[in-house]
Amino acid sequence: MTSAAAAVEARDLSKEFDGRTVVDRITFAVPRGTTFGLLGANGAGKTTTILMLLGLLRPDRGEARVLGHDMERDRFRALQRANFSSPYVSLPNRLTARQNLTVYGRLYGVSDVRRRIEYIARELRIEDLLDRPVGKMSAGQKTRVGIGKVLLNQPEVLFLDEPTASLSPESAAWLRAFLGSYRDRTGATVVLASHNMPEVEAMCDSVAFLQQGRLLEQGTPGDLIRRHGMRTLEQVFLEVADAAADRPGGSGSGG
Amino acid sequence: MRASLGRIGAMMTRYTYLYLVSPIRILELVYWPTFNMLIWGFMQDYLNSATHPAVFAASYLVAAVLLWDVLFRSQLGLTLGFVEEMWARNLGHLAVSPLRPLEFVGALIATSLVRTLVGVGGAGFLATLFFGFNALELGAGLALFFLNLVIMGWGVGLVVCAVLLRYGLAAEALAWGALFVLQPLCGVFYPVSILPDWLEPIARALPATHVFEGMRTVIQEGRLDVDLLAQAFLLNIPYALAGLAAFLGSYAVARRRGLLMSTGE
Repeated sequence: MTSAAAAVEARDLSKEFDGRTVVDRITFAVPRGTTFGLLGANGAGKTTTILMLLGLLRPDRGEARVLGHDMERDRFRALQRANFSSPYVSLPNRLTARQNLTVYGRLYGVSDVRRRIEYIARELRIEDLLDRPVGKMSAGQKTRVGIGKVLLNQPEVLFLDEPTASLSPESAAWLRAFLGSYRDRTGATVVLASHNMPEVEAMCDSVAFLQQGRLLEQGTPGDLIRRHGMRTLEQVFLEVADAAADRPGGSGSGG
Repeated sequence: MRASLGRIGAMMTRYTYLYLVSPIRILELVYWPTFNMLIWGFMQDYLNSATHPAVFAASYLVAAVLLWDVLFRSQLGLTLGFVEEMWARNLGHLAVSPLRPLEFVGALIATSLVRTLVGVGGAGFLATLFFGFNALELGAGLALFFLNLVIMGWGVGLVVCAVLLRYGLAAEALAWGALFVLQPLCGVFYPVSILPDWLEPIARALPATHVFEGMRTVIQEGRLDVDLLAQAFLLNIPYALAGLAAFLGSYAVARRRGLLMSTGE
């Protein structure tokens, strides 16, 4: 795939912490307008990879590009057109949802912040939460407000870390449908990290399996399932992970 | 440029919201400067009555404590804005927004300036009511003294932020205590000539020392010593640059080590 066609690219990305390799020479490209899933168990390197793609973490080797911008040299131009949410990083607790969204709307240079917030609140059904301090919300409510923050600047690339981790099954299904609809309407690209295989199978056009920092396999969910003769992505993941662990040195390079 | 100012304004809005949701914080802004000013003001009244008036001319101690608070509040105001983001675990969100590190510094400086003006301005007003203190007695030097002290406060504040970024909230006490290490050397309440010989050169390497010496010259001799102000300005240049370099360097290290996402309680 050419750089022009890819919204997000990782080329030979690597990261070590205290001599321990947590991401090991990962390469992939995400075409514009598609949803890409980074799959793996806890500690597989999914979040670290996303943080390097966002420029929040500097890779030891390799290159991350978002919307054609090198995230080491030119990251702010890309960040203006992207956004990020994680249920593990909530917005400031003392401020209300509206205040948080106002601050971030202004940081992203949104022209009519008030109207944008009201539109997003209707879309995400969080109107009743707008004037509540974030610290007094449930985990699921915080996640929905966090998604509201992601949508403020109508991003061309959405980076979502475990987007439905704290949601009830109905809310999770609703959010998945909403994100799919947003992508179809706007042509946005979605990169999500998850260990929820059914969710990834339902949402993603392509996926990459990570284990101990290494990219074991990538492709479309359908291709991977057929290639391995399995019925679900979860079965494929377990087989790929087992095979990798059985290889010499397979469990020694990461964590 | 306009976009940068917009982002700086956005961060100032964020800090303003903190006062709107917790109005008690506004009281905190003026509480300590007022408390300090009252103690030293009464002390001055006592000394004025017990010693030769030439020694404690005019509002010497009140002026000293208010100027010290300018230095302290400017450092604290900047550092607390940063600490607030650490408490809220918001540094990660900010780092993946279009906010540049220099704009973040700009927002911290602007917020610190407002906090300092409110805090010390409130105490200064009360000093006028209680002790007849008139800040304008410091003449044209007042604005220049103020400017030099806030620049030094920001330089030290940025170094403290750099340490916090590197070591996390374990180093939080520095936010409140860092400047007090320098207070004995700055000659806030006494001339630096009374310091031991070996300490005097260290004291004179601090911009604030020249401001407090200059303040005494204005109060006791009624003249503004331009040389002292020039030395303060010249010393402030490396202090401000060192503070900025420390912050940006620490930010780069935090990006390399993944500290921006993990800061918090």
